[in-house]
Amino acid sequence: MNVRILAAFAIICWLPIAALAQGFGGLGTTSEGYAVPSPDKPISFPEDHAAHLNYRIEWWYVTANMTGPDGTRYGLQWTLFRSAFRPDGEPGSQLWMGHAAVTTPTDHFVAERRARGGIGQAGVEQEPFNAFIDDWHLKAEQGRDIDDVAMVASGANFSFDVKLSAQGPLVLQGDEGYSRKSESGTASYYYSQPRYALQGTLKLPSGNVPVTGFAWLDREWSSQPLSGEQRGWDWFSLSFDDGYQMMAFQLREGADKSFTSATWITPDGEPTPIENGELEFEPLRVSDVGGRDVPTSWRIRLPARDLNVTVEALNPQSWMATSIPYWEGPVTVSGNRTGIGYLEMTGYDRPDG
Amino acid sequence: MRELRSALSALLSHWRRRPGQFVTLVLGLSLATALWTAVQAINSEARSSYDRAAEQIGGADRPTLEKADGGPLSMRDFVRLRRAGWLVTPVLEGRLQRGRVILRIVGIDALTSSVGPLEFGGGSAETPYDIGDFLGENGVALAAPQTIAELDGVPDLPRLVAQADLPPRTLTVDIVAAQRLLQRPSAVSRLVLLDPQTEAAAPLEEVAPDLKRVDPQTGQDLARLTDSFHLNLTAFGLLTFAVGLFIVHGTIGLAFEQRRVMFRTLRVLGVSLAQLMTALALELAALAILAGTFGVLLGSVIATLLLPGVADTLRDLYGAQVSGALGWRADWWASGIAIALLGTAIAAAGSLWRIRSMPILASAQPRAWAMASSRTLLLQLVCGIGFLALAGVVLILFSGLVAAFIIIALVLVGSALLLPPFANRLLDVGQSLVGRFGAGAVTQWFWADTRQQIPGLSLALMALLLALAANIGVGTMVGSFRTTFVGWLDQRLASEFYVNARDAEQGERLQAWLKERTDAVLPIVEIEATLDGRNGAIFGVADHPTYRDNWPLLQQVDGVWDIVARGEGALVNEQFARRSELSLGDPIEASGLPATQVVGIYSDYGNPAPQVMVGLKQFSELFPQVPQQRFAVRISADRVEELKNAVSSEFGIEERSMIDQAAIKQLSLSVFERTFRVTDALNVLTLAVAGFAIFTSLLTLATMRVPQLAPVWALGVTQRRLAVLELARTALLALLTVVLAVPVGLVLAWLLLAVLNVEAFGWRIPMQVFVSDWLRLGLLALLAALLAAAIPARRMAAMAPADLVKVFSHER
Repeated sequence: MNVRILAAFAIICWLPIAALAQGFGGLGTTSEGYAVPSPDKPISFPEDHAAHLNYRIEWWYVTANMTGPDGTRYGLQWTLFRSAFRPDGEPGSQLWMGHAAVTTPTDHFVAERRARGGIGQAGVEQEPFNAFIDDWHLKAEQGRDIDDVAMVASGANFSFDVKLSAQGPLVLQGDEGYSRKSESGTASYYYSQPRYALQGTLKLPSGNVPVTGFAWLDREWSSQPLSGEQRGWDWFSLSFDDGYQMMAFQLREGADKSFTSATWITPDGEPTPIENGELEFEPLRVSDVGGRDVPTSWRIRLPARDLNVTVEALNPQSWMATSIPYWEGPVTVSGNRTGIGYLEMTGYDRPDG
Repeated sequence: MRELRSALSALLSHWRRRPGQFVTLVLGLSLATALWTAVQAINSEARSSYDRAAEQIGGADRPTLEKADGGPLSMRDFVRLRRAGWLVTPVLEGRLQRGRVILRIVGIDALTSSVGPLEFGGGSAETPYDIGDFLGENGVALAAPQTIAELDGVPDLPRLVAQADLPPRTLTVDIVAAQRLLQRPSAVSRLVLLDPQTEAAAPLEEVAPDLKRVDPQTGQDLARLTDSFHLNLTAFGLLTFAVGLFIVHGTIGLAFEQRRVMFRTLRVLGVSLAQLMTALALELAALAILAGTFGVLLGSVIATLLLPGVADTLRDLYGAQVSGALGWRADWWASGIAIALLGTAIAAAGSLWRIRSMPILASAQPRAWAMASSRTLLLQLVCGIGFLALAGVVLILFSGLVAAFIIIALVLVGSALLLPPFANRLLDVGQSLVGRFGAGAVTQWFWADTRQQIPGLSLALMALLLALAANIGVGTMVGSFRTTFVGWLDQRLASEFYVNARDAEQGERLQAWLKERTDAVLPIVEIEATLDGRNGAIFGVADHPTYRDNWPLLQQVDGVWDIVARGEGALVNEQFARRSELSLGDPIEASGLPATQVVGIYSDYGNPAPQVMVGLKQFSELFPQVPQQRFAVRISADRVEELKNAVSSEFGIEERSMIDQAAIKQLSLSVFERTFRVTDALNVLTLAVAGFAIFTSLLTLATMRVPQLAPVWALGVTQRRLAVLELARTALLALLTVVLAVPVGLVLAWLLLAVLNVEAFGWRIPMQVFVSDWLRLGLLALLAALLAAAIPARRMAAMAPADLVKVFSHER
């Protein structure tokens, strides 16, 4: 689960911050006329790698943890959002938005692209797979699937060109890909490729940096994933040094209320869903990010797995100053398991977030 | 600490006893701050509007990409460039006729019209809309509220949504909607290059060799024009502030002198000099902040009143992008308070210094400040002449905008300093003249006493002189500029209609088509060129009576047009001639131009860039790649509108590519008038401040003059007569100042026209003198002075005789 939603909906709801009548970024608004996820309709590949124009929102979301030749850590994000503004399923009724970012321990570079559907400026082709907006792409390299892809994006002062190669199977999140987002039953389709090996080059103002590392792909589509009260979320993708992985999120509803969900993934890629309430999230430190209070250090406990870890942002200033702003950046995991991961937080740009 | 507090309360008690002086001080400082703040607020508002304008979607001021062969662009080109990493946004413009209404349609792609986060206003609370409503063939149209009112009942239009600050009779729609409305599927007028671009994109020659980059042609000129406009405002703000400072200086000086006794007492009571100075500084700072706050508030009122005019001007220049409403901005608030503090510090520095060096037991001399010895007059004379001489030296040795401003400041200050010695000398002459003609004792006393008042009134009179000189100077400049500009427009815009074709092929068709229907079609061809190291342009000019009869030549050789037509000589604009010191017969260096000589120099107001004009035939030979696609058309004026519609429907040429002579002339003139309307308003306000300065000085003097007048009254001159004499004296002094202000004003006008304009724009406007304006101004100044003198005079006339008698018993 990602932020992606909110960004996807942002383009529909102009002035998103001011006009938050319902949920974050208007995500709680009606899905009338759009298709709705159902546990009875399972995910199937390769069709589901492509766009689902009958659903209101969708994204292709890659985050990566990397290191340079001198051991410096880097983070990277490549995202393509789709958002329909009419429920007719036509290409011309779609808006597309791309976000790209590179995070270093001291800097955070961000770029955004927007396009309308139906004119060839942005879209997702299934065979061979190619998700693109402008000159950015996530494109099948060898074969026609998403197992081996090339990923490219650029901004005013940075760019990256990397190759991803899957090291394990796709992981279906939630109940066979049906991921609940509230107690009242809103949900999305959600699957991931949590283990890509990554190799490529970052182009930064300081020069070119060859990098290697691991990437994580999230695919999600839905029509109304949030309930009206939910104001934002904290989403984690963690890769522990022993080969285990965990996707975990909480949707914040009020001061002390939240909906939690997670997937525990074995080194072989075997997922186990973790139900609402089993996880405990505790913000440890709040950073001032451009005048906003953002928790950039967390304790996460999962008693059922004897997990008790601290998650710390690599760069607390990983703010995405995009049309819909949010926080997204690489993290370090310490505690009774160690590792790396990515953190995404939304809804902190408002006082009641 | 306690001493400081006691000293402070003792000092402040002065203002309680003299509320009039307090009001004068605060009002004077407020007025000075107010005009400065008003100007700052206007500039600040305008600048913030420019910033917004620069981000505007239409991108008229941004570089664009066009087909190198002049062919039409399509959405395919847009997508092709975006996919190659070039950040461009498409714009489609055109004319749409609905019944009798002709609308300009601007189609944009809101998604790509900026590179930053999306900030596309979602309508107002009453008429909300979202992107879904805007996008697509049947999306809503944004229009100015007055446009929506005008379109009431017009059929076949999209749903209209009001959005302020849009140009009149213009609908802003999604580009797809524009393509449908204009029946030009997939068409794009231009691809606007966004800033910043990404570094990853391949060069244009690789990505799209069929496209070329076109830089905006008019933006620079407009920016220059507004620059000079803001410069003008700032100079005025400073001038008024200086005038206001005279008031403050006078009042503070008076307040300090009157409190000398108190200072002495305080010092004797044990208040140290440092404490006294601190207390005085605190007092002044508090007064400055109080007055500054007042001034900022007053300034914002003035700015609010002036801003719509400024906004109109800039709207004409920039097209509907300047807010007419004043926003509260910290920068001009802070600048207002700061200038009040600074002004008080400047005005009080001398007085504070004198207190510092005052002997502890110095006797109090409350009249001393108003008494100026002949030494002071001499000092003023020397300093005044020194300043003027320095101005002369700067004029000869230095050039540049800053030098021009320094010269103007030196001339103004120098002239102001010369006023008291000159007035003194003139009155001296007057006195001896009336003496020689055997005038009576009262008359002789009148002249002598008037002379005696000069030191006390000198600051106020200097303020009046500055205000009057500025009025005359600026008035002369504006008048000269207006006369010249109007004449120049008539010459320069001799053709009735101007049209730009989309490309070479359309240009050819258009030219042939127009030739059959109009009196003459004169191609305007142009290529960018480096002229003596600066960016400029080379034009080709057709051999036609339109130019022979009208083109505004300042200098020319015999048979200039024949020489140009034969390709044996070139014309240059005044800016080029001045900056590169070219005169007739000189050779010109320009890229792509063979050695050629200057045969004429033409005036070219409103454009800072150098230009060269050669014959059209020669131009076509030299630059065959430049297509003929811009045309000046000669046609009877009543057929222009008809032609415009025909051109639009026949060729699909957009509104922005056509303009008729009347419209462009009207636009130019209205911009001109509006620009100087603000100047006029500031002129009046400056004069008002000066009038106030006279009033306060007279009021102060009046109370102190009772001991001088009492003996005259005792000798038998009635109070009424004394009052009349007071009025006459003020009138005489004001008249004197007016007379002295005229030459200063003319010098100022000359500096503005011959130095500042030349430095700022590279053109020189012939100076014209408007004597009737001086008369009007002189009368106005006289009236202001008499009004200012009326209250003290009335008080004199109505004074109880007992008060006059008291003088003799109370005399120190």
